[in-house]
Amino acid sequence: MTFDIFLQHLSNGISLGSLYALIAIGYTMVYGILRLINFAHGDLIMVAAYSAFYGVILFRMPWWLAFPLAIIITTLTGVTIEKVAYKPIRSSPRISILISAIAVSFFLENLAIVVFSGRPKAFPQPEIFSKMIEFGEVYIMSLSFFIPVVTIVVLAALNYLVNKTTTGIAMRAVARDYETSSLMGVEINRIVSYTFALGSALAAVGGIMWSMKFPQIQPLMGIFPGLKCFIAAVVGGIGSITGATIGGFFLGIMEIMLVAFLPELTGYRDAFAFVLLILILIFRPTGIIGEKLTEKV
Amino acid sequence: MAENNSNLKFFLTVGALLLAGAAVFTAQNIFDDYKIRILNLAAVYVILGLGLNVINGFTGLFSLGHAGFMMIGAYTAALLSMPPAAKAMNFYMKPLIAPLTDVHLPIGLALPAAGLVAAFFGLLIAAPVLRLKGDYLAIASLGFAEIMRVLFTMAQSITNGALGLKGIPSINSMYFYWTTALVTLILVKQLVNSSYGRALKAIRDDEIAAEAMGINLFYHKVLSFSTGAFFAGIGGALLGFLVTTIDPNMFTFLQTFNILMIIVLGGLGSLTGTVISAIIVAVMMEVLRIVDAPINLGFISLPGVAGMRMVIFSLLLLLVILFYQHGIMGTREFNWNWIINKIKHNGDIGKKGGKSHGAVGNG
Repeated sequence: MTFDIFLQHLSNGISLGSLYALIAIGYTMVYGILRLINFAHGDLIMVAAYSAFYGVILFRMPWWLAFPLAIIITTLTGVTIEKVAYKPIRSSPRISILISAIAVSFFLENLAIVVFSGRPKAFPQPEIFSKMIEFGEVYIMSLSFFIPVVTIVVLAALNYLVNKTTTGIAMRAVARDYETSSLMGVEINRIVSYTFALGSALAAVGGIMWSMKFPQIQPLMGIFPGLKCFIAAVVGGIGSITGATIGGFFLGIMEIMLVAFLPELTGYRDAFAFVLLILILIFRPTGIIGEKLTEKV
Repeated sequence: MAENNSNLKFFLTVGALLLAGAAVFTAQNIFDDYKIRILNLAAVYVILGLGLNVINGFTGLFSLGHAGFMMIGAYTAALLSMPPAAKAMNFYMKPLIAPLTDVHLPIGLALPAAGLVAAFFGLLIAAPVLRLKGDYLAIASLGFAEIMRVLFTMAQSITNGALGLKGIPSINSMYFYWTTALVTLILVKQLVNSSYGRALKAIRDDEIAAEAMGINLFYHKVLSFSTGAFFAGIGGALLGFLVTTIDPNMFTFLQTFNILMIIVLGGLGSLTGTVISAIIVAVMMEVLRIVDAPINLGFISLPGVAGMRMVIFSLLLLLVILFYQHGIMGTREFNWNWIINKIKHNGDIGKKGGKSHGAVGNG
């Protein structure tokens, strides 16, 4: 393998990793606050993809209008899901909320099959993202360049939001101790909605870029990216935003490199993430940078 | 009085079994093949639901790996019971490995073998997975099911890969499926009411307290997990005999979702509830095919939308979990005492009625 080809794979891995990271953050933030695996999070990728698709194709909007609109629709969907399906049973056993999340996920997928039809659709690729850029011998689609850049910008903004603003401080307080922070006057419901909004918006950004990278969208497209991004969040250390970012990049690059260096294992690619998950859960359940948690009586 | 009641209950049970037998006999003779198939599918769902309920409902372990064990059972039973000629027809891409080509066991042996192989895999998986709790366990067991599916797709010389297996011996007799379901019900009921079952329920209610009372957590969790896997294997095998073709993509998370829906609707931790809701779900799945077909209401005609059924089912699961978390039965079981009390109660309302009315407890 020449160095050029290696660079090509690396750039592929980084852009896939960026997408994983963006989506994994939504999982990690929700888990941090509600201790819930939001199964429906992956399907928000699909919601974003279809919103953007219909914006561009049906309503003939330019992409710079359709994409932000899709992000807004996805954010509203995410917040609505929390209000309808998770909030009423927040005090029930965690398993009930998990079942509720699974039900919401199936509902969204099947509703999409009914409304959008199960046939895959070709996602529009605006020209600016589909140009080929030449770096010496290496050809990279401009999208592969945009994805990491957008990810870094979004992550920087998120970092500011979570660490510097009052709402961000409240979010971290709720994640650390739900009850105490509510006693300290933090409006739990507002913070939870805010968390879901942020997570969904990031999933939408990730979902739109995902659909441009793999430009065939269908109602079940969110399942596998969703599961893998959850795995990325666990690998990095669930509950931590930095962890989710590291986990996302790690998983993305590893997956591409596995296929690049061991092409005979290509068929096992989808199993790789799960094997990694189980190894991490057994040997380092708190993830790469996670804190140690103890079970309380 | 108690003597009397237990005699009465024995006769009632025998009567109910005879009645059920008569019902199966009548159904087998008057229904067409299509309806019999649906009822057989209901029996398969009963078995699968009971298996998952042992893990999720009685032990409180949230496993999402049922589809994986079903797949193992289905393939084991199919490979053991298919005649060699049918196997040769299937494996044209890559030949089947040596001993399996000539094996041709009767179904009576292939079926328990399917359960045992699935249970063996359950044991293997249990060791790493059961160290995890709650939602981690859920996602890890889901992961194992997915890994299995990928392995089964890739292992072409054993499973025929994505092409699947066609020509599995077809069985369409209601006696076969419903007898298996009845045996499963009796076995699971015995397990749940034994000291093992009480230990499982203790683990469900409070793991730490159970451990403090001297219950070996790991041993009992493994027991529960592999019992569930065993019945998943049996159910998967029966599904194979019912539909006669299997391929790895039949056993996605959707299968687990269906079974999960059955046990949640019926009540996590209730065998009666599982049986009732398995039958309801199997029948509803077919009845609701109407909504998939075009509907003409005279003034408005809706085009047929494939998939509407699943929208309704997922919505139903959501509504149950939001507003009616205990499902049909909660953790209660069917109990003759309840019926006897009801009858007595109506007979002599003036006297002080039964103290223990309500169907609480195990009968």
